[in-house]
Amino acid sequence: MHDVIIIGGGVIGCCIARELAKKQLKTAVLEKKSDIGEGASKANSGIVHAGFDATAGTLKARFNLSGSEMMPGLSEELDFDYRNNGAMVLCFNEEDKGKLEELLERGLKNGVTGLEILSQDAVREKEPAINENVKYALYAPTGAIVCPFNLTVAMAENAAANGVEFFREKEVIKIEKNNTCYLILTGDGDSFETKVIVNAAGVFADDIHLMASAIPLTVTPRKGEYLLFDKTVGEMVRHTLFQMPTAYGKGVLITPTVHDNLLMGPTAEDIDDKAGINTTADGLDIVLKKAGDSIKEIPRREIITSFAGLRANSGQGDFVIAEASDSPGFIDVAGIDSPGLSSAPAIGIYVAELVENILPSADNPEFVSKRTGIKSRAGEVICRCETITRAEIIEAIRRTNNLFKNPGTVSLDSVKRRVRPGMGRCQAGFCAPRVIELIAAELKIDKTAVTKAGPGSNVLEGFL
Amino acid sequence: MKTDLAIIGGGPAGMAAAVAAYGQGTKNIVIIERDKELGGILNQCIHHGFGLHTFKEELTGPEYALRYIAMVEERKIPCLLLSMVVKIDSGEEPGGTHRLSVMQDEKGLFEIEAKAVILAMGCRERPRGALNIPGYRPAGIYNAGQAQYFVNIEGFMPGKNVVVLGSGDIGLIMARRMKLQGADVKMVAEIMPYSGGLTRNIVQCLEDFDIPLKMSHTIIDIDGNDRLKGVTIAAVDENLKPLPETAEYISCDTLLLSCGLIPENELSIAANTDIDDVTGGPVVNDRFETTVRGIFACGNVLHVHDLVDNVSREAAAAGKAAADYIIADISDWGEAKRPKIPPKTRYTPKADRNFDNQLVCIGCPASCLVTVTKQGDGSLTVTGNKCPVGDEYTRKELTAPTRYIASLIRVNGGKNNVVSVKTAADIPKEKIFDCMAEIRKTTVTAPVKAGDVLIKNVAGTGVDIIATCNNYD
Ligand SMILES: Cc1cc2nc3c(=O)[nH]c(=O)nc-3n(C[C@H](O)[C@H](O)[C@H](O)COP(=O)(O)OP(=O)(O)OC[C@H]3O[C@@H](n4cnc5c(N)ncnc54)[C@H](O)[C@@H]3O)c2cc1C
Ligand SMILES: Cc1cc2nc3c(=O)[nH]c(=O)nc-3n(C[C@H](O)[C@H](O)[C@H](O)COP(=O)(O)OP(=O)(O)OC[C@H]3O[C@@H](n4cnc5c(N)ncnc54)[C@H](O)[C@@H]3O)c2cc1C
Repeated sequence: MHDVIIIGGGVIGCCIARELAKKQLKTAVLEKKSDIGEGASKANSGIVHAGFDATAGTLKARFNLSGSEMMPGLSEELDFDYRNNGAMVLCFNEEDKGKLEELLERGLKNGVTGLEILSQDAVREKEPAINENVKYALYAPTGAIVCPFNLTVAMAENAAANGVEFFREKEVIKIEKNNTCYLILTGDGDSFETKVIVNAAGVFADDIHLMASAIPLTVTPRKGEYLLFDKTVGEMVRHTLFQMPTAYGKGVLITPTVHDNLLMGPTAEDIDDKAGINTTADGLDIVLKKAGDSIKEIPRREIITSFAGLRANSGQGDFVIAEASDSPGFIDVAGIDSPGLSSAPAIGIYVAELVENILPSADNPEFVSKRTGIKSRAGEVICRCETITRAEIIEAIRRTNNLFKNPGTVSLDSVKRRVRPGMGRCQAGFCAPRVIELIAAELKIDKTAVTKAGPGSNVLEGFL
Repeated sequence: MKTDLAIIGGGPAGMAAAVAAYGQGTKNIVIIERDKELGGILNQCIHHGFGLHTFKEELTGPEYALRYIAMVEERKIPCLLLSMVVKIDSGEEPGGTHRLSVMQDEKGLFEIEAKAVILAMGCRERPRGALNIPGYRPAGIYNAGQAQYFVNIEGFMPGKNVVVLGSGDIGLIMARRMKLQGADVKMVAEIMPYSGGLTRNIVQCLEDFDIPLKMSHTIIDIDGNDRLKGVTIAAVDENLKPLPETAEYISCDTLLLSCGLIPENELSIAANTDIDDVTGGPVVNDRFETTVRGIFACGNVLHVHDLVDNVSREAAAAGKAAADYIIADISDWGEAKRPKIPPKTRYTPKADRNFDNQLVCIGCPASCLVTVTKQGDGSLTVTGNKCPVGDEYTRKELTAPTRYIASLIRVNGGKNNVVSVKTAADIPKEKIFDCMAEIRKTTVTAPVKAGDVLIKNVAGTGVDIIATCNNYD
């Protein structure tokens, strides 16, 4: 019997797991995919928002600000990439200056520091690539960027090192309520008993909720499409450049990533399909067109890939984080759309408090808060675009595999998210055969069993 | 470590440059190669079509590579294998030495100081992202050259139902290769109204196997969450904009992209050489010296070559020039000279050919469109061919067409599971799949040496199957 089971190993589930690891609780995370971080947590803008955007008094405003304040310290403690590059909201019309001032006001109310409205010249001085028609900008020096993959991985690894159990390829399909506990059934025929459930299933959080509660909850996937550019143009902009928010979210942003690529997007489109992470010709066109408002020239020749992620929209304008009133011990952490990544560490602490109210427990005296990432090391280079060596890749394979209690596969994407082979300009053209070879050798499996992203996505069909 | 000449890349360009520099008097050379063996891209090009100019015979890629490897070994030119150059620092002073940062397992990160450097890093393929094809991102999408590596080096088939996007040479060669290996190759789609591949390859890789080539078509959507399920193709208008009303869904589990090669110039850029926007390679003078003194460039890093013979010739000139620079300290750079890129013969689609009397000669890369006329006495005249090969080929093609084939045979106990092979002579065209059936069911035991006969008298053709590379420890 577990004390707490977290459903969903996204950044939210992993941050909660790490907070609960500080307590003497038997905690587990159930993830339906072959690895953590396969949902929205791998396909987002990677922005640590300063916190001026959310309406004052909402959970979003509260957790965004404290999450963003925690991020620099956590990046030291848990060894993931973070850069305080500063953000700007660009304003293109004289008439919109009022809205920019509103935004500044809201930021001040939310407790964001250092906000300032810049004139065109001041913007240009900071960002020479900016378009002529930018009139003003709201400057937020506390805005930052983070590696969303390794933030999630770092949280999970540290949680696991402190006793939280991670299970992969465990899709929750049914929840039964007994007098004293819950019984969770997974698609592979397994079952888990637990006192408390934390529902952190991203866009699927409504489905999980309805397995345990009769109170309506819907989560609508809202797709965001992106274009990623080569490192050769990673320095085109230094700050994260937003556009004035519209009814449909934050418009299109342009930002460097912590790995020095350039990222443009996202679009915002409500869709029906919770697996609909395809990009569309129209979506990518919109990104290019809107981004063209912010900077003078889009380096189209340097595009290396496109991708899409799904925001979990609760339709309530705020995160839904609470114990279900008809299901004691069942905590929803639903509707975690933007700024979910920025808020994740703070959400982790808050949910741990909710758990403490339901199931008080002593502190874990052996908790170790530090985690070290995979260090780059000289040696035989496997990924030439990103200069990743064999030793780094092998370590990523082992860490992925060892994170989980149960056996499973380690995919090319898992390795790619941890140490970046295949993230570069050739997009795995050269290194994929070598990484497959290393995965097969490490896990002692046939090369044909190696997948791109978990079961069903095998890369090779068979020997001759 | 100090040397006179450091050559980055041990493909055909790097090897030919080394051999030529050696011949010109520079003996203190090192070749630095990322891979575990010399040969570059040639090792995976197990098909015929190499060396007609250089060796006056048609070789497979591995055989062509072996000839140069032998020359490098004969001269005892040192090679650092599994070693990658990650940085070049040429200092502020023009004409000073160049410091190369190299990474490998044994020594970790270390420096090589060289008087001159030859860039011979080859090229890479344009990935899907650069083509901006929307859709899902499942497994089953490969660059054609990557699939070529899986099939020809490792012996693994990436899939069974194949669509190829782009009619570059690698895509064409891989369409045939997958077909020979039993895959269903549904089509090659090309967005342009003409093909980027050699006409000869369209004829012998697609027409021979009735694989449709859809010009002015592209892929507008990719379906499948885990593994590829299908693609949607559509015709494009003259501005290359897809016409949605022509969309057609094609089921497939494999998509090969053959949409262009990009010279691999990150190192060259980091070394501060100027880059030519047209070729994608460094700006050079008539001695193949880049705008940084003492750094030379040749092969696919300079511009993408269709023919390895041209690579070897160009690289030899670069090697010689580098030796001259080291020995005679030539200081006048002269002027920029863009390397000559030979024009391609445009492919005449089957539909535009007069079937009664026209065919494409595949005897050599020139791919001449040949016209045959029957004389009053029943004899044939062949016109349109630029060389005698065309005459011979045409007569044979009309009476008893033949082809060479190249494939792989499984090996037990070798350093690899497979060895590349070819028919020692041409075989009747209609026997291609009989030969493949025999090749596919054969397994041999290591050691295997290039030239070894692995199957005698394959499928009763009287022709042997011989190994085209070595497989022993
Ligand atoms: C386009 C886009 C841009 C964004 N940009 C930003 C940004 O710049 N800054 C920011 O702060 N936030 C951003 N966000 C928001 C942020 O990415 C998300 O809030 C955050 O990743 C949500 O994490 P999560 O763990 O809740 O969800 P997910 O990462 O989706 O994790 C949910 C997990 O639950 C698993 N799961 C689902 N069903 C089951 C089941 N039945 N059984 C077991 N497991 C299950 C899934 O497989 C998944 O791994 C963005 C989001 C999107 C989509
Ligand atoms: C699929 C395909 C089919 C072809 N078919 C034919 C044909 O039928 N007939 C014909 O004549 N020609 C053909 N060609 C053309 C010919 O083979 C190539 O033009 C030729 O191989 C290019 O030689 P190269 O030495 O410039 O490059 P490569 O062969 O690519 O060699 C470059 C080498 O440099 C190494 N390298 C790169 N960067 C570094 C670094 N930083 N440090 C150390 N080493 C590095 C690489 O590992 C590689 O081994 C074909 C080419 C391809 C790709």
